[in-house]
Amino acid sequence: MSEQQNNSAAKRPEAVIAARDLTKRYGKTSVVDAINFDIAKGEVFGLLGPNGAGKTTTILMMLGLTEISAGRVAVLGFDPARQPLQVKRRVGYLPDAVGFYDHLTAVENLAYAAKLMGLGMAERSRRIAAALTRVRLLDVADKRVATFSRGMRQRLGLAEIIVKRAEIAILDEPTSGLDPQATIEFLDLIRELKAEGVTVLLSSHMLDQVQRVCDRVALFRAGKIAMMGSVAELSVQVLGAGFVVEVEADGAGIARRLAAIPGVGNVETLADDRFRMTADRDVRADAARAVVAANGALRRLSVDEPSLEAIYARCFQVPQSGGVRDAA
Amino acid sequence: MRREGSAFQGVGAVFVKELSDNISSVRMLMLELLIVLTAMAALYEAITALRQNTAEDPFLLLRLFTVSQAPLPSFVAILGFLIPLMAIGLGFDLINSEHNRRTLSRILAQPIYRDALLLGKYLAGLATIAISLTALWLLVIGLGLIFLGVPPGGEEIARSLAFLVIAIFYAGVWLSLAMLLSIVFRSPATAALVALGIWLFLTVLWPMLAPAIAQAIVPPDPRFAALGLDTPGTAIWTQLLQRFSPNDLFGEAMLAVLSPTTRTLGPVFLDQIRGAVMGAPLPFGQSVMIAWPQTVGLIACTIVLFVAGYVLFQRQEVRA
Ligand SMILES: Nc1ncnc2c1ncn2[C@@H]1O[C@H](COP(=O)(O)OP(=O)(O)OP(=O)(O)O)[C@@H](O)[C@H]1O
Ligand SMILES: [Mg+2]
Repeated sequence: MSEQQNNSAAKRPEAVIAARDLTKRYGKTSVVDAINFDIAKGEVFGLLGPNGAGKTTTILMMLGLTEISAGRVAVLGFDPARQPLQVKRRVGYLPDAVGFYDHLTAVENLAYAAKLMGLGMAERSRRIAAALTRVRLLDVADKRVATFSRGMRQRLGLAEIIVKRAEIAILDEPTSGLDPQATIEFLDLIRELKAEGVTVLLSSHMLDQVQRVCDRVALFRAGKIAMMGSVAELSVQVLGAGFVVEVEADGAGIARRLAAIPGVGNVETLADDRFRMTADRDVRADAARAVVAANGALRRLSVDEPSLEAIYARCFQVPQSGGVRDAA
Repeated sequence: MRREGSAFQGVGAVFVKELSDNISSVRMLMLELLIVLTAMAALYEAITALRQNTAEDPFLLLRLFTVSQAPLPSFVAILGFLIPLMAIGLGFDLINSEHNRRTLSRILAQPIYRDALLLGKYLAGLATIAISLTALWLLVIGLGLIFLGVPPGGEEIARSLAFLVIAIFYAGVWLSLAMLLSIVFRSPATAALVALGIWLFLTVLWPMLAPAIAQAIVPPDPRFAALGLDTPGTAIWTQLLQRFSPNDLFGEAMLAVLSPTTRTLGPVFLDQIRGAVMGAPLPFGQSVMIAWPQTVGLIACTIVLFVAGYVLFQRQEVRA
């Protein structure tokens, strides 16, 4: 592989996916326009953006399912266009609105995929049983997929990734169309994958969920990455602050002490005993210590975590009515 | 570009799944029923006609395939008509149905090349047809034994086997056409309609159009017409044009293989007949030699269509 990749590897020790000027053009329009990103091993990375921003297209290029117009992407060091099998052996993919063979059962569907993965019979049935247990589909294992709900299909798709023992799981809109309970369950499954060391790349426009599972996100706007980083980093960047901490306490010189805490931006005095400060991390513990150090009495300590919703709204200038971007 | 791993990895898995899908499908059952019923009717007529002259013909069994009794065409002619229908019926939704079920990207995200999916599906379709045709072939031999009471000779078996093999190649042409259309058209209904249109054109219209075009190229000579003969130039063009239809190639190959007295498939001119013993059967090897170019034509046609589908499919974006 080239120098450039070695450089990026030095910067971020284990970049499992590295895109360099990755571009996809349909005719003259670039739907993905020279984007660059690195995804580290073991992190959950979110691709965020309105409909048509180019999230799915980016994913398809990583899997060799559509041709790359310019630039390149390395997945685990392999080029998906030239070494598709190397990539696909190690990467699991759950497409947007995944489809299964309706006339086959859950087990039969997984067995077919497992055969294509090259697994032998014994290994196949062992892994399939384990995967179905994990996604809690074991009791419907021998039912035809035609009878499955949307949530069950999504979980079956995840089971396929588990059967593959993929190093990277790419999930396109994995929770769209799921009810709140199913969403929570699905996000738990994603966290389990992360706990096992699987790198997860997911695309979504459901912000609060993404916020709950993603270590870092990239905000897509019209084929470009508008910004990228952890939610806290982005909120500092976009909103000027990440966390907003409110302190209610009396004591001498508390405002001064609070302002001295590392990571704290400005401190606003709301009343004699009430202060509001912005910080780039959750500084509640330090604030409590500061109050104690000033011999004060702490009455209330609250934090507003940075919200992706706010960042997104600011970044994309979402109008109040909402949904207008879809038409654009 | 060198590829890592075998291009055939996964072909077996695809083949097994598709074959079992085909065999258990209602569609296949209907197609088979259609073929068996029409073929039986043709056979019944043939057997009634042949029972009158048992033992006079050394190739009685083969006559079962070719004898026609109005109003029904011969068994072979019926197959020439129905095999394409069966192949189209199996092939028109091979790829687009995977798109529409949204299974394609999931399957192609497994470590296989796209060729494996295409080849596995194609071979499964062909195997399905081969199984049906073999069953039909056994049926014909069995009925011949029962109703004509003459055990088939070795050469008859060899010739009828050659028929079976060529019929499978013929099915291969239509299957690869149907598969190509299933790649080109995202809607199975469109693919099926276009395939049926091409089939109708080549089986019904083309045999009528070809002579007309030939006459436009080489106008018939009134001196030949006066003698009640075809103008050689026109006849040659007619045949050349007709051979663009796989049906014609199949028909000619069948004629050579199943009618041992066939000496040539081209227009016959007087100088070719000079010295020939009319009506004497050719040895099996010679008949195969006569049918060879047609068979190769069918195979070549299959390869062209398959490669076209392959090239299109390789570059296609898989979003579903
Ligand atoms: N075959 C195609 N030809 C031309 N344009 C296309 C084609 N496929 C997709 N596009 C365009 O590419 C853009 C990006 O599409 P993509 O599916 O990547 O968006 P997305 O971010 O995944 O959106 P969504 O949230 O709706 O899934 C869209 O504007 C779409 O219209
Ligand atoms: Mg999408």
